[in-house]
Amino acid sequence: MRTMLKSWLPSPWLSGCLFAIWLLLNQSLALGQVLLGVLLAIAIPLLTAPLRLEFSPVTRPIALFRLLSYALVEIVRSSFNVSKIILFSKTKNVNSQFIIIPLDMDNPAGLALLSCLINSTPGTVWVEYFSDRRELSLHVFDLHDENWWIDTIKNKYEKPIMAVFE
Amino acid sequence: MMNMANDIPNWAAALVIFFLLLGSVIIVIGTLGLLRLRDFFQRIHGPAITITLGTGAILFASMILFTSTSQRLVIHELLITAFVFLTAPLGAMMVMRAAVYRVRRQKQIDDLNEK
Repeated sequence: MRTMLKSWLPSPWLSGCLFAIWLLLNQSLALGQVLLGVLLAIAIPLLTAPLRLEFSPVTRPIALFRLLSYALVEIVRSSFNVSKIILFSKTKNVNSQFIIIPLDMDNPAGLALLSCLINSTPGTVWVEYFSDRRELSLHVFDLHDENWWIDTIKNKYEKPIMAVFE
Repeated sequence: MMNMANDIPNWAAALVIFFLLLGSVIIVIGTLGLLRLRDFFQRIHGPAITITLGTGAILFASMILFTSTSQRLVIHELLITAFVFLTAPLGAMMVMRAAVYRVRRQKQIDDLNEK
């Protein structure tokens, strides 16, 4: 029974998401839509299995939720900061810089999540990850204190992300 | 649909107006960033606020409006949020990498020309 479940539903989380997406897109709970959704939720993961990399699973969803709520607040806060700079600063005073941040994490899923969070936060863009040195290069819109950034990325993002996948 | 404006409770209308205004103002500021900022690496940060807070606020307004008028939960806007969260960072990263590559190449060409 367990092996059969495994072969039909190799990634239950993905299937669950696909099912939810289908019902949300159609905005209906009619029997036909539910059946179609189940069909898609089973078929799509099986058909796309060769494309997927082996990712470590999320072991602590609560840590993920806490991280995402922190990131959301941070996104709104930095949106207002960037708006303020665009509207009121003299552009020649804006100190845009590349910075290098040493990372301890080399989990591909964790790095993917980190890149989404950093790029979604206005004012920072991911430039490059040097896998040989485990260093991350970022571009910061208005840099005041490089150590503050290193500290924030390491303690507020990297550590929680490592906790999510541990 | 014609009389929709009459069906919205006042508190919902106020929230919708607030978030629509916030979203639109943020989007205008983001676009203004393209105009005011000096080089490519700065300009990439301007539109970042339109795709996060700008779309976020407008989608939130849409959720409130349609939930309050249609007497049921309308939250499929969340899908747009999810897809934006998955795709926009990738776009930003690719554009950034292309720009860094261009700068490095230009440096190489300049170095060669000096020799």
